[in-house]
Amino acid sequence: MQHLSAINDFVIRFANVNGTGSASANALFAKAIFRMGIPVTPKNIFPSNIQGLPTWYEVRVSEKGYLGRREGIDFMVCMNPQSMPKDIASVKPGGYFLYDSTKTLHREFIREDIHYLGIPLMTICLREYTDPRQRQLFKNIIYVGALSALLEIEFPVLETLLAELFRGKEKLIAPNVKALQLGIQYIHENFEYPLNIRLERRDLVGNRILVDGNSACGLGAVYAGATVAAWYPITPSTSVVEAFSEYAEQFRTDPETGKKNFAIVQAEDELAAIGMVIGANWNGARSFTATSGPGVSLMAEFLGLAYFAEIPTVLIDVQRAGPSTGMPTRTQQADIIAAAYASHGDTRHVLLFPSTPKECFDDVVVAFDLAERLQTPVIVMTDLDLGMNDHLTAPFEWDDTRTYDRGKVLHAADLENITKFGRYLEVDGDGITYRTYPGTHASKGAYVTRGTSHDEYAGYTEDSGTYTRNMDRLLKKWETAKSIVPAPEVRQAPKANECGMIFFGTSIYSSEEAMDLLAAQDLHLDSLRLRSFPFPESVEQFIADHELIFVIEQNRDAQMRSLLINELGVAPQKMIPVLNYDGTPITADTIIKQITKNFATV
Amino acid sequence: MTYTRPRFRNPHLPVNKIGYTQKDYDGALSTLCAGCGHDSISGAIVQACYELSIEPHRVAKMSGIGCSSKTPAYFLSNSHGFNSVHGRMPSVATGAYLANRDLVYFGVSGDGDTASIGMGQFVHAIRRNLNMVYVVMNNGCYGLTKGQDSATADAGSKSKSGHTNPFQAIDLPGLALELGASFVARSFSGDKTQLVPLLKAALAHPGFAFIDVISPCVTFNNNPGSTKSYDYVREHIEATATVDFVPIKSEITTQYEAGSTKEIALHDESMIRLHKVAADWDPQDRNSAMNALHHARTKGEILTGLIYIDESLQNLHEVLNTASEPLNTLEQKVLCPGLKALEEINAELR
Repeated sequence: MQHLSAINDFVIRFANVNGTGSASANALFAKAIFRMGIPVTPKNIFPSNIQGLPTWYEVRVSEKGYLGRREGIDFMVCMNPQSMPKDIASVKPGGYFLYDSTKTLHREFIREDIHYLGIPLMTICLREYTDPRQRQLFKNIIYVGALSALLEIEFPVLETLLAELFRGKEKLIAPNVKALQLGIQYIHENFEYPLNIRLERRDLVGNRILVDGNSACGLGAVYAGATVAAWYPITPSTSVVEAFSEYAEQFRTDPETGKKNFAIVQAEDELAAIGMVIGANWNGARSFTATSGPGVSLMAEFLGLAYFAEIPTVLIDVQRAGPSTGMPTRTQQADIIAAAYASHGDTRHVLLFPSTPKECFDDVVVAFDLAERLQTPVIVMTDLDLGMNDHLTAPFEWDDTRTYDRGKVLHAADLENITKFGRYLEVDGDGITYRTYPGTHASKGAYVTRGTSHDEYAGYTEDSGTYTRNMDRLLKKWETAKSIVPAPEVRQAPKANECGMIFFGTSIYSSEEAMDLLAAQDLHLDSLRLRSFPFPESVEQFIADHELIFVIEQNRDAQMRSLLINELGVAPQKMIPVLNYDGTPITADTIIKQITKNFATV
Repeated sequence: MTYTRPRFRNPHLPVNKIGYTQKDYDGALSTLCAGCGHDSISGAIVQACYELSIEPHRVAKMSGIGCSSKTPAYFLSNSHGFNSVHGRMPSVATGAYLANRDLVYFGVSGDGDTASIGMGQFVHAIRRNLNMVYVVMNNGCYGLTKGQDSATADAGSKSKSGHTNPFQAIDLPGLALELGASFVARSFSGDKTQLVPLLKAALAHPGFAFIDVISPCVTFNNNPGSTKSYDYVREHIEATATVDFVPIKSEITTQYEAGSTKEIALHDESMIRLHKVAADWDPQDRNSAMNALHHARTKGEILTGLIYIDESLQNLHEVLNTASEPLNTLEQKVLCPGLKALEEINAELR
């Protein structure tokens, strides 16, 4: 039988039952590989369920540093009888299947082309532990121990991680170390080890960190000076505000009085959450909310008000698979059109597309500056894959000389020097007008904010000319936005060519991998990674410079392609969609297949 | 259009303690129908703020959508206003209040805005005990869309077009009481002597102060058979007590018969003084207040005046334990943890 053979290049998948404590054991496994200096990408594939349903954890190890999902399972750790038939079928020929051999595998589960590694986990647990919960939890650690022997994870690395994990609860360290040893011992006594697919220490991680995008967003909001967060729980965005809360408690609580320099409200729904954010920003506090697709729909009416009344608003949309409840625990980039044009009437919103947790942090900070500079909603478009999975990413950076851009705000002293304040009166030629915070000055600067048509002095009007003038000024502001939003990242292939690819967000990982693999087949593509909407001029230029553009995205309807065609007036024929919308992160394989298919016909 | 009032100043107008005349509390000219109850309420708000010597620019006027929600333009033109989205004023007010705890938040809503589309936000604003005044200008109908019944229209009430409302009314003070509101009152736009002291008490109250003000719609709901017409309300009104609001350290001049007066000290040392107090009603006892409301309803009376007050309930800032200075005044150096802290976070993530 074939033996898969690879150093630092394989995919291992864990099949578990939701709610059995497997998550921390699996995370321990992934983190150990990271600590050995090897690039690693763990992904949760989980159901919308708290306990009982199958859940998977997939870890890709890639010496070359590819961090996207890869198809084909080299090693399956199956701890869930429920999903076993499917799990066995998913292993690549020559791959490995580790299972609990306390009960003999039924003949129908035997494949001739894969290797079975049976460990009587439940028997070991029954022998070693009396407490049922311990039997359950340590079973997970025992298989991590077994894997460490099979794949050559350095034992001291695991020991160090356990010590860090149980800091403050030191008495838990020894039993966990013992559980690891039980797994190692069983492998040593029963199998040949290590396997041909295994790990070897490298120095390929550098100073990178392992963190999820939602934590990075929450931390970014703390650094951006957000003081008011309002939210309604929704998967997969919930942990954004939880992270904000945790970091704000740490950094913004007065150690003596316990008073907090922030306020978090769990709202009654998404409508209220965005209303609170708008109210706080109107009143001069930096405020944000985080949600997912259904929440964006509910917030749409308020986003129109914020656009028209020109109130800074920051919203983080952690996209999931829709429509409706869709697959709430699966990933997609499917809110592009809904977010770009959210609300009734003529509205357009600034969108940012982070690709990594580092960019989540940066983009959230930038979002607050842009929202206040442009006095408009800014939506940070992440997704479940980025938000809820750990990613290997560049470390967070902060320049202590950096100052927040609070935009055009007139304070009491400024108002003293003005004869007549006009909230919507354009004076600088960039479409952006001056605002005042409530309570600033006894007799100057007050006005009524409204979603109804207003003149330059914020007075209510239904005069056609005034309305049109205002709408045109908002367009001018949109033009200003193009020059200050983050610029796209363009990569020129070493050979000149007529084809380009456009991608954004989490598609970066597989797109870059696909680019390398295509280049190896002598198919060279230039690439542009979108970072924002409105599209800066360089996007138009990139499209104009190429005959054919592949637009890679994770939704069914090629939403970004539509947005590009609509906003830039591009001929649709030259824009070829490359899509994945099955709820799992796009793979390089998918991209290559869809691109090369086109080349065959070109 | 917004029509601003001419600003001719009579130098002999009386001024309040902070040197403002009542005219300094005016707003733009109203564009509501002549005789609209809402305009009387705006007038009462002007008078209450003037008499309390509130600096106009320290007030934030919050509203939703509807005839009532237009009124913030018609009082206190030196205050910022926010005419937001239908039924969503409470959330906008919540955010604004969290951003700056030092302003006076004055919310105006209508029966459609509060009892229908905004019901969810209304009940949650009560739950959170925002420090704000929340006035519902209640006329039992949708004025701007020409007279449809609202959820506060009484069952059996007849509209101008002759249609009889078949549905039970939502009684907002009863609901607010049930939800634990810390200040509940009802009044009538046609009774300024009651409304002004109630507004002052509401402004002095350190939590969510709710006043349901019956405010007849002269155009669509002032006809015979309507239970929200001027005539009907005048005939059926019954007060819990006569209300005086006594500002901080003011001398009490009016004298009442012993035994019929109740004084409620507010925590800023001002005082609500009630006299001709209804029998079997204690405004500091929720059950008693609830009974008084039910009792009046059974008798077909509209109970007005202060219904319930609880000065002890913690407001949202107290619950969240936020900094005593307004959050919107905190500077970057206080808010941003800086590079060193970030490097420590990076180290923890390796």
